[in-house]
Amino acid sequence: MKLLFDRIDEPGLATREVYERRGGYAALRKALAMEPEQVLAQLEGSGLRGRGGAGFSMGKKVSFLPKGSMEKYLVCNADESEPGTFKDRELMQKTPHMLIEGIVIASYAAGTSRSFIYIRGEYELQADILDAALAEARMAGYVGEDILDSGHSLSLIVHRGAGAYICGEETGLLDSLEGKRGNPRLKPPFPALQGLYQGPTLINNVETLSTVPTIIEMGGEEYAKLGVETSTGTKLVSVSGHVQRPGNYEIELGIPSREIIYDLAGGPPEGREVKCWFPGGSSAPVLTAAELDVAYDFNSLAKAGSMLGSGAIIVVDDSTPILDVAMKVAKFYRHESCGKCTPCREGTNWTVKMLERIDSGEATPMDLEIMASVQEHIIGNCLCVLGDAMAMPIGSMIAKFRGEFEAHIETARMRRGLGEHAASELALAAQGAR
Amino acid sequence: MNSIPRFEHGSRVPGWDQPVDLEKDPAEIPDPASRDVPPALREEIERHMADYPERHSATLPALAAAQRVHGWCSPEAIEQVACVMRVTPAYLESVASFYDMLETTPVGRHSVYVCTNISCSLCGADELYAALVEAAEQQPGGEAELNVRAFECLGACDIAPMASVDGVYVGPLTLADLPQLLDDLRAGRPVLPEKQLAQRACADPGGRP
Repeated sequence: MKLLFDRIDEPGLATREVYERRGGYAALRKALAMEPEQVLAQLEGSGLRGRGGAGFSMGKKVSFLPKGSMEKYLVCNADESEPGTFKDRELMQKTPHMLIEGIVIASYAAGTSRSFIYIRGEYELQADILDAALAEARMAGYVGEDILDSGHSLSLIVHRGAGAYICGEETGLLDSLEGKRGNPRLKPPFPALQGLYQGPTLINNVETLSTVPTIIEMGGEEYAKLGVETSTGTKLVSVSGHVQRPGNYEIELGIPSREIIYDLAGGPPEGREVKCWFPGGSSAPVLTAAELDVAYDFNSLAKAGSMLGSGAIIVVDDSTPILDVAMKVAKFYRHESCGKCTPCREGTNWTVKMLERIDSGEATPMDLEIMASVQEHIIGNCLCVLGDAMAMPIGSMIAKFRGEFEAHIETARMRRGLGEHAASELALAAQGAR
Repeated sequence: MNSIPRFEHGSRVPGWDQPVDLEKDPAEIPDPASRDVPPALREEIERHMADYPERHSATLPALAAAQRVHGWCSPEAIEQVACVMRVTPAYLESVASFYDMLETTPVGRHSVYVCTNISCSLCGADELYAALVEAAEQQPGGEAELNVRAFECLGACDIAPMASVDGVYVGPLTLADLPQLLDDLRAGRPVLPEKQLAQRACADPGGRP
């Protein structure tokens, strides 16, 4: 069943004319005819969970916003920077009006009067398309004062970022939107109570908001019938890496992961096997080929020790050393760490240094223990989860590919002429520790 | 190498190696009368400031606009933004140095960001980047013309390995594409038109019209 990707390549879908011809903005009229509480009830009834990474119930998030007449804000998180993720890009580029419609409906349910789309600066094409679509929507009275004579008003601004992964973290995004460096904030207070300009703020991902018109159209209860009980609906999955047909696919949640990687994306190139795969962007702990049959939904992946995250599957085949994968992941998070919290700033840096030691032949098998303990000390000790996002995959790689790491250490030491001394050095170090 | 604008001390970074003058007062918000801001730039920054309830929110769009005019966030560019936005240059520098797309040193005219994150590197992005750096060095004009950077995930892993050339996504790239890419760029033509992301259809069969 295709809800978001249904005939998305239709020429001109980015224009209001074609979008309306296909029934666009009907959901907005329907929603505005209801009371905001009824719209909220539909969203809660749909069981829709946030599509940005955390998977928090969208309806609940809306209901956390305090009632009252104070200035409230809605921010659409379009800073899609998680390695491997490119679903929002396709949505914004091909059907921007669906996102705008979703934002207006969500703002009506949440009672917000100002909204922003924070789009990453690299997405210039998509930002231009959104700006053009927004101008059309304003002209047609879907955005602005007294929308379709309902009394609900909403301003909407497309705000372009300037290249920082951390601005996809919701509080980092808020700081960035306020014109500062994108440093995450201490939580609580959560943005629903104190967010943008200290006002109550609802933050949702592009895919989440783009799903809202569909939910209103088909009804929350109907939508909840799709997928599985705890993960309702359809999900866009970005498949990349060593697969024959990389790209975005819309799936019903709960199908086996193997089906996505092999049937939809064509599996790894001829003659190669899956070595490991990230189920939800590079922040998710890796799973091995033996775990390909895990059902692709929030709870099953969590039970398997990983997470659905942003829905980005990165497939690594057996031609790639695991050290290279670990190095890429660690270097990325080192570069993107904002530097505010010590465990993340130092932990990412030292993890890279230790991985480099393995490659240069200076490491001993003991380094793996130290590296694993560094990961443990990052998790849960920072304001945001950027550090955890490195610690979890690296920790899982050390745990699942320990043999390969050890072999890599040995061969690199041999190459350096240190091989045979490894055992005695270990014994010395053990003595020192005593 | 000499084509790159440098400061008197030979560095591309303004004064990082100079001892801090503790006697000097911190730079204040520049006096509007003393700065010549290009009218188009001033108009754009003021338009951005009007978009937000708080004028500081316009910092990123304003710096990006100034960078388009000056080529990088030069001290002059920073002063002009500071003057229009009524903030201190130090505040703007702190922001500019945080974001990857804001340049705090002089760079080449055309930006070529090569994604070297995990999905792209699995598909050979590191070789592509090395070849592009080498090709750029042999270009007439060299560094002053091209700003080749290894970039973190650009969100286009379906066309890996890819690059963003002056904001236009192209991929999947092979080493054989590079001469044409550089030629197109030099001639001011659209870069590799048939490989641009905008032309690409959705991978999901359900997306077909």
